[in-house]
Amino acid sequence: MVLFGVAAVGFGVVLVYGLSGLPAFGHYHGVYGKVINGIGVTERHATDLVTALNFDIRGFDTLGEEFILFGSVLGVVLILRQMRGEHDRPRQHEADEHTFAGASEALRALSLAVIPAILAIGIYIVVHGQLTPGGGFQGGVILAAGPLVVFLAGRYLRMRIVAPHTLVEIGEAAGALGYALVGLSGLVLAGVFFKNFLPLGIAGHLLSGGQMDLASAAVGLEVSGAFLVAFGEFLDQAMVVSGSPRS
Amino acid sequence: MSFLPFAVAAWLFLAGLYGIVSSRSLIRAILSLTVVQSATYVVLLGVGYSKGGQAPIFADIPQTSKAVDPVVQVLVLTDVVIEATVTAMLLALAVQAHKRFGSLDPQDLRALQD
Repeated sequence: MVLFGVAAVGFGVVLVYGLSGLPAFGHYHGVYGKVINGIGVTERHATDLVTALNFDIRGFDTLGEEFILFGSVLGVVLILRQMRGEHDRPRQHEADEHTFAGASEALRALSLAVIPAILAIGIYIVVHGQLTPGGGFQGGVILAAGPLVVFLAGRYLRMRIVAPHTLVEIGEAAGALGYALVGLSGLVLAGVFFKNFLPLGIAGHLLSGGQMDLASAAVGLEVSGAFLVAFGEFLDQAMVVSGSPRS
Repeated sequence: MSFLPFAVAAWLFLAGLYGIVSSRSLIRAILSLTVVQSATYVVLLGVGYSKGGQAPIFADIPQTSKAVDPVVQVLVLTDVVIEATVTAMLLALAVQAHKRFGSLDPQDLRALQD
């Protein structure tokens, strides 16, 4: 604790020194932001410049970001793989599907009603990324919440039927591949990796911003797949795997 | 109060750091790490803010209106994704640590000290 106190004081001194070099809050001097705010709408025909940056101007970076997500989910799968001495808990009978305690009939009925709404919101967020706040990352997380509601209704094993491991893994991989293909299409059709190759459309319309919709959909697929793979691995640990690993 | 966002960021950072060093449970340490990371969001957004600026969404405001920096907002988006992945990896490691040592207390992870 003494060590932490000393370190905290040292950190505070460095922080104050560093912050005194920053421009005062509210007096923004960055060049990039001003340039992009000035030309973004006319150049890219997208009204949400955060998405325009993410999927077009800075598209190459997002490729890296996507593969970080892909790689780390792969890491989670590897870390939580079936160890020696572990095995799937045997399923005694059909009633085991309802082992998640506390799921009442009302909760089950409500979750059935909620799932379509969640999916609709997720898809809406994914495809409207270039117009209003949203995009593939945000929408993908919302989409991944859909099958989780099935789990909330107390039917984990049924969730594995709704979203089987193989399917979500394929979905994740297809999304990652799709985003890379958007970049490659730019290379082939426009001559530069991640250069826009689709008609830009009219700013403010659903099909505007060129490749952004495509990239957003690919990212949405990848993110929802990645989250479902990770959720599935963790839930497997809690619900299916039994036995202790031999070390 | 032009330094308030940066003070908030420093406070978040130190609070999270204190959480990590004082944790007796790996789960609590991981959650504290997310608190530390949220300090970076505040710094980034604070750097990009310009007085009177609106959100860089030109759907319902004129194109010439003053807006805050969208670049830092994209960086925050990246930051959030990284935080989610790091948390998932660490939680997976915590699950395995609990399986092997039967405890989430960092002091009990004897095999790491040998």
